[in-house]
Amino acid sequence: METRVMNCIMCPMGCEMQVTIEAGKVTGVTGNTCPRGLKYAEDEITAPKRMLTTTVKIEGGILPLIPVVSSAALPKDKVLACAEALRNVTLKAPVKEGDVVVANILGLNVDIVASRDME
Amino acid sequence: MSQIYDVIIVGGGPAGLSAAHSAYENGAKSILVIERDRELGGILQQCIHNGFGLHHFKEELTGPGYANRCIDMIKDVPEIETMVDTMVLDVAKDKTITAVSPSKGLFKVQGKTVILTMGCRERTRGAIRIPGARPAGVFTAGAAQRMVNMEGYLPGKKIVILGSGDIGLIMARRMSLEGCKVQAVLEICPFSNGLTRNIVQCLHDYDIPLHLSHTIVDVKGKERLTGVTIAKVDDKMQPIAGTEFDIECDTLLLSVGLIPENELSNGIDLAMAPLTNGPVVDQRRQTSLPGFYAAGNVVHVHDLVDFVSDEAEIAGKFAALEAQGKLADETREVKISAIDGIRTCVPQKLSMPKAGEAAKLFMRVGNPEQKVKLVVKSGDNVLASKMMMVAKPSEMITVEIPADKVELMGSEITVGLER
Repeated sequence: METRVMNCIMCPMGCEMQVTIEAGKVTGVTGNTCPRGLKYAEDEITAPKRMLTTTVKIEGGILPLIPVVSSAALPKDKVLACAEALRNVTLKAPVKEGDVVVANILGLNVDIVASRDME
Repeated sequence: MSQIYDVIIVGGGPAGLSAAHSAYENGAKSILVIERDRELGGILQQCIHNGFGLHHFKEELTGPGYANRCIDMIKDVPEIETMVDTMVLDVAKDKTITAVSPSKGLFKVQGKTVILTMGCRERTRGAIRIPGARPAGVFTAGAAQRMVNMEGYLPGKKIVILGSGDIGLIMARRMSLEGCKVQAVLEICPFSNGLTRNIVQCLHDYDIPLHLSHTIVDVKGKERLTGVTIAKVDDKMQPIAGTEFDIECDTLLLSVGLIPENELSNGIDLAMAPLTNGPVVDQRRQTSLPGFYAAGNVVHVHDLVDFVSDEAEIAGKFAALEAQGKLADETREVKISAIDGIRTCVPQKLSMPKAGEAAKLFMRVGNPEQKVKLVVKSGDNVLASKMMMVAKPSEMITVEIPADKVELMGSEITVGLER
């Protein structure tokens, strides 16, 4: 049995949690304020995930870039590869907030969507 | 001469937009929001990361997403007029506002009430007097953020960040995602002033070292920055001789604090609070000059935009009520003193009507604390209290004094920590 101290990153509260791990599985979590902490601890031990926010190029918009966000958290070790892939994408204005920019990025079953309107 | 509005709002960031919507909901018939940038939304438009809105909109949003929600709430409201690309040059005590824009030239408008929501700006290298050479490559973190996220330029490739506040941490991750190498983040305090989640997901995830109790003692480079010399500091934040070492970099980003932008407030001689660097306000966010309200980062720098919106809604409500002549109640002034561990409290005073009025207080502690009780008192009467497992200077604390506590209030109340 192993006990690890980790901070939940699901929201700005950043609860400090004591996580008990047995045979690669989470068997107990204390210190979390809400159920998202439990889920975060389990994911962090077995398959850590992170949201990705970055920008992609856009033509014909009021700005040369448009901010984008992943529709769900991506495997942590794939985040940099996704950011790199998005550097080769160029959109054409207009784009609406929520429009899918890249569907199923790198086959990870997560879409990349625009996080603002751009005319 | 000029058109007269119920409420004029100076600044179209989250504070200004939330104030506008609240003023409309509270009956104001003509509201004008003046914004100097090319679009509404303020600095949120360059804060492309997520984590905004959990308190206020009950969902996790990016900065532009939060801005879009604020804009959507006001854009189809005929009572609310917005002007972008418009710079307010002067605010006069009679609530006449002089502004200039490419389309209108120089013009004046007048409000029955005015809400100041100008936000804040970054401290620069000059503000903290970093010694050394003056090469290109030294930027404030926010300026770099705008370049990278909106304008399409990278400020450099090998980065050192001074200051571990949230903007510094977020930029450490942002530059890493753009393929830059972030060499180190330096923090003069023995603790980070950023949110824990940002230490984890912006530094740990990218193996970026955080040097606590360290600062820059030399900047090197002739045309372009080539490196910085850093040293450990003692408990008085003075560099310790013999602890210096060099870090190679072509870019230095400064995330060393924000200053409320109060040139316009100073022009009308508003009473200012020294620790928050913003106007003194009451629970309605009314300043020392009747009819002038203020909210958001111009009053005190917030860590969460959600609280900016909450505060701006209060200002918008009371500005609207005053413009309609619905604030006739006489009030008595109650002073608020921050004591025992609480460094700042906004509002700094209450203007209490006889019937009482709920007052939401926003506070910061001076030092990190554990297991403390926040207590709001008048004499021996407890008006509100809150248990806290941890309290950090970087995280604002809020507590509400219910309206029915008015009878227990003397001429002064205190907010402090009991350990």
